[in-house]
Amino acid sequence: MSAVAESVPARGETVSVEEQYDDAVQQREAATLGMWVFLATEILFFGVLFASYTICRVLYPLGFAEASRHTDMLLGTAETAVLLISSSLIALAVRAIKLDERRPAVILMCATALLGASFLVMHGFEYHDEYQEHLIPGIDFQQTGPHVRAVELFFCLYYFITGFHSVHVFIGVCVIGTLAVRVARGTFGPQRYTTLELAALYWHLVDIVWIFVYPVIYLVGRSG
Amino acid sequence: MSATAHPELSVRSFLARDYGLLDWLTTRDHKRIAILYALGITFFFFLGGVAATLIRFNLVEPQGAIMSAETYNKTFTFHGVVMVWFFLIPSIPATLGNFLLPLMIGARDVAFPRLNLASWYLYIGGGLFTIAALLAGGVDTGWTFYTPFSTMFSNSNVFLVVIGVFITGFSSIFTGLNFIVTVHSLRTRGMHWFRLPLFVWGIYATSLVMVLATPVLAMTLALIGLERGLGVGVFDPALGGDPLLFQHLFWFYSHPAVYIMILPAMGVASEIITCFVRRRIFGYRFMTYSMLAIAVIGFLVWGHHMFVAGQSVYASTLFSLLSFIVAVPSAIKVFNWTATLRKGDISFEAPMLYALGFVGLFMLGGLTGLILAAPALDIPLTDTYFVIAHFHYVMVGGSVMAYLGGIHYWWPKITGWLYPEGWARFAAILMFFGFNLTFFPQYLLGYEGMPRRYFSYLPEFQLLNILSSAGASILAVGYLMPALYLLWSLRYGRAAGNNPWDARGLEWQTSSPPPKENFLSPPVVREPYAYHEAAP
Repeated sequence: MSAVAESVPARGETVSVEEQYDDAVQQREAATLGMWVFLATEILFFGVLFASYTICRVLYPLGFAEASRHTDMLLGTAETAVLLISSSLIALAVRAIKLDERRPAVILMCATALLGASFLVMHGFEYHDEYQEHLIPGIDFQQTGPHVRAVELFFCLYYFITGFHSVHVFIGVCVIGTLAVRVARGTFGPQRYTTLELAALYWHLVDIVWIFVYPVIYLVGRSG
Repeated sequence: MSATAHPELSVRSFLARDYGLLDWLTTRDHKRIAILYALGITFFFFLGGVAATLIRFNLVEPQGAIMSAETYNKTFTFHGVVMVWFFLIPSIPATLGNFLLPLMIGARDVAFPRLNLASWYLYIGGGLFTIAALLAGGVDTGWTFYTPFSTMFSNSNVFLVVIGVFITGFSSIFTGLNFIVTVHSLRTRGMHWFRLPLFVWGIYATSLVMVLATPVLAMTLALIGLERGLGVGVFDPALGGDPLLFQHLFWFYSHPAVYIMILPAMGVASEIITCFVRRRIFGYRFMTYSMLAIAVIGFLVWGHHMFVAGQSVYASTLFSLLSFIVAVPSAIKVFNWTATLRKGDISFEAPMLYALGFVGLFMLGGLTGLILAAPALDIPLTDTYFVIAHFHYVMVGGSVMAYLGGIHYWWPKITGWLYPEGWARFAAILMFFGFNLTFFPQYLLGYEGMPRRYFSYLPEFQLLNILSSAGASILAVGYLMPALYLLWSLRYGRAAGNNPWDARGLEWQTSSPPPKENFLSPPVVREPYAYHEAAP
């Protein structure tokens, strides 16, 4: 490293250590553990919804299969693909910043945020279609058939689960978008990437939750 | 607070300088945040206490002395909601835990100081919101919000109150997260896991429960809110939902929540007892493992709240068995405290009186818990005053006693002043008698079949109810006394010095009150409770 670079800290090489920590390593370990604990609480938040879903589906297997056939499997599959791809892109972005490749990192993160946004747009289309089909409990729900109660229950859970998940996607898109700007400005580098890594961890959780949402919402009634 | 007048208070004390309200409301110092919590908790405790006083006053007469049945329902709901979520849950962890955890492990602060302050704002914001909703209209569901009453039939502010409790839940989650990370990553050099004081272990185990149980409550309350607000949901039987699912989810949080309330109290008792017996704790490792065992097994016993709710007999049997199992680590703790006391040179300072009161009352509460863990006994006792007496022995006799013991024990460290010892001992003894007079009659009332939450009762229960109400008034005086003489000590108390009890924890190695950065020189770390050695 040249003398100039040492006297004027280059981008992404200075880490400000808060006063409660001894050094940057300790600070990094604490932040990482904090994120993992936070993700554990997230799993329990979603756990309540999945537990409720499981109970209701055991009570009304036929109704849930019928309701699932009302969902848009094509859009659901596309959403799954988009989210999985975005999750791998942000993993690559973290690797790029560790290798001090700023430009690829910015591109990868922008792509992640855009894919996340497109996920939300697709969900918007889904909700719109369901509104036209009178499938929204509490607002406009007009269905007939032997399992109408169970279908309504399914769609309640559908909106709770996908709505809560979409809130997470929205937060993730905002965070990753903001971080992309900061990466472009040179805030992060091979010595300083914890925030990015934690944002990526969060995004992976959003992704993993969706991997469970996808089959239980979209695929239940499709096999028979 | 006249902090600068204190001879031993350097300008470096965390209380000195920056006196402004804004300095306090934007502080990131864990010690100041602890004091902010203490103010909030005391406020809510007295509000909940007023409701308890009104309940006891009303129960002097079999047909109700002062209020209508509807007001009575709202009053006990007020008492339960405020005491559980705004006093008991945050009491020891958020005040003593916040103040002491970094000091005890030799750290400068918690891992995330800003998050810590944000937690306080969530707590106080959620609390004030809930109080406002409870006073303006009230809620008549009881603190348990059972469906379908809470979602379909109650014409009260259920929606607003669940929002308030929901917000405060995040305070709990973030505090737990902060403490877990603090214990993992900020222990000072030489402070390995089995040198941690048992108070830290208690807070750590509590934090695990806070982090893993509270999200379930938050989500369940959100579902209640959605069901009331939009008329859609999974609990409403008219929609094909399952009201019992609510009870499962609610108790999945609310049973572990009683361990949130009792585990830190166990930690406090361990600190106080060792100090005033001048001994190591008996069975240190057993104490740590039993705390973790309580935290883990505590997650598996929620069904004992639902023996009469229609769950399968096999589920009840299993939950009963697990409830007996969770009593084993609790019993280990009681045995170890008594073994620590055995043949010891006990001095009965005020904190020790509270700690001994805690052990005795917790034991009575725990043993009656075993009675309620057996379905054959629980089914006739369900929803009687026996249950009320049981959990008040654990929550009030246990947690509140330990909380007050801890406040007395660490008061000199927190403020730098000594409280008047004579008054403190008198208050502790008064509380013990007042408590037993209030709640022991309720065991008898429950055994004879008086149901809880009823506005009126049979005339033959009146004598025991009058005894209970008389005890409550003694208890109320007991609770007011520390509020007065502790405030008095801030102005007229004697200077405490750094280590008035000659105790061995790291927190006693720094000045009283501690400087903002906690330790001016690195503390000496040895085994915990090294009372057989001279203080460093």
